[in-house]
Amino acid sequence: MPEAIRAEKLFKSFGDQQVLAGIDLSVEVGETVVVLGASGSGKSTLLRCMNFLELPTGGRIYLHGNLVGTPLGNQADAKMKYAEPNLQRVRAKVGMVFQHFNLFPHMSVLHNIMEGQVTVLRRSRAQAESRARELLAKVGLADKADSYPANLSGGQQQRTAIARALAMDPEVMLFDEVTSALDPELVGEVLRVMRALREEGMTMIIVTHELGFAYHAADRIVFMDAGRVYEEGHPHDILIAPKRERTRQFLEGHNQFRLPEAGPLVASEQT
Amino acid sequence: MDYSWNFDIISRSWDLLLLGLANSVYLTAASFVLGLPLGLALALARLSRRKALSGLAGWYVDFFRATPSLVQLYWFYFALPQILNVQIEPGTAALLTLTLLSSAFVAEIFRGGIASLDKGQWDGARAIGMSYAQAMRRVILPQAIKRMIPIFLERAIELFKTSTIASVISFPELLFAAQDLAARSYRSLEVYSVVALIFMVTLISLSQITRRLELRLARSGETTTS
Repeated sequence: MPEAIRAEKLFKSFGDQQVLAGIDLSVEVGETVVVLGASGSGKSTLLRCMNFLELPTGGRIYLHGNLVGTPLGNQADAKMKYAEPNLQRVRAKVGMVFQHFNLFPHMSVLHNIMEGQVTVLRRSRAQAESRARELLAKVGLADKADSYPANLSGGQQQRTAIARALAMDPEVMLFDEVTSALDPELVGEVLRVMRALREEGMTMIIVTHELGFAYHAADRIVFMDAGRVYEEGHPHDILIAPKRERTRQFLEGHNQFRLPEAGPLVASEQT
Repeated sequence: MDYSWNFDIISRSWDLLLLGLANSVYLTAASFVLGLPLGLALALARLSRRKALSGLAGWYVDFFRATPSLVQLYWFYFALPQILNVQIEPGTAALLTLTLLSSAFVAEIFRGGIASLDKGQWDGARAIGMSYAQAMRRVILPQAIKRMIPIFLERAIELFKTSTIASVISFPELLFAAQDLAARSYRSLEVYSVVALIFMVTLISLSQITRRLELRLARSGETTTS
């Protein structure tokens, strides 16, 4: 499969604090990559740099093989110059969903999903509305079109946010801990939408703490530590048989208190 | 005290007081409305990443907030005409002073309102490819302004009281009309009592409107949450 997005030797510092330390990550079209790592390992910053909500301080990002920005010089590590209109086009193509949804509270669900289509993509309102309704049906919120975000559950808000990002017809979707702020019983409905997207062939980079979801939905798992890729591979290899120390520690921390395996009866009750 | 109250002058000159009130309302409303877009522009300039622009706007705001409004009025009425070598009508000088004064205060309200919005709103808007201007216009300002409406009305009430300074340059607003009546009738007590009452009734009803608006904004679900 061709490459959808690639970060090459990406650096990001906030003041004198280095968060990304030369990370390399390439994601193929249709691939689902789950990024794991302890808090502070740079996962969120990586995502925010990949759609330029934060400007990388060093390195390159390629979208479908095309370098984003202009290098200031001929050396391979020359600083990059980023023009804002160019970045806006990139952001429109690289969708992002946030931990705290960031829906527009003064707009109805429908208008949240229409907004980018009308303002950024210059679609007609009729076009935007029919696309929005299509997406609402897809995320299971067809009956909530006229509600306001404040009147939705967290899970419903997050599904609205996913629909809002999808409305831009993104080539890549970034998910930044999208279930971390949800009540546990609402996590499933959001993960199901994400799994459906994967089945449709959406290219996705997902930062999450849901290891079970990572195991079942990821094509590849990337474990980050100290702003670099520390270990990566097939979900089974990383989650069940990690080779390196930090990865093992991380998983041990996560798996310390596990439920006993559920019997088939309980499992079959799930929808 | 055996003062014998006599409201004859009031009942005979109601029309003058009403005219004064109308002028006061006009002066306040006009300078407030004109000050809004100016204040917004100032707030955007202050938030700008361009140091010179934001510094300049900062100076402007500081000047109007840190000098007495009476001094400003004198400056625009007596000093400015000397620089420009033109005659300025009292009404024009008062309108100019109060508009600029109001814009400085309004700018701070705008700035605070914009800054008070959750950073996630910027993220949400920029993540779908919006420019700074689009995000400001479509996402940030509509929410910020809704929160600011009650504060704006508070400001308008302040401005209404400040507008009495126009009396010192003989602009015929309510206080000036009162001075005129008091001087002609020697009934200062009656005249100023009535004028104080008129101010009170006007402003209390305005602040009632504010309170009701605040309640309604708080009730409408779409204003809350982030």
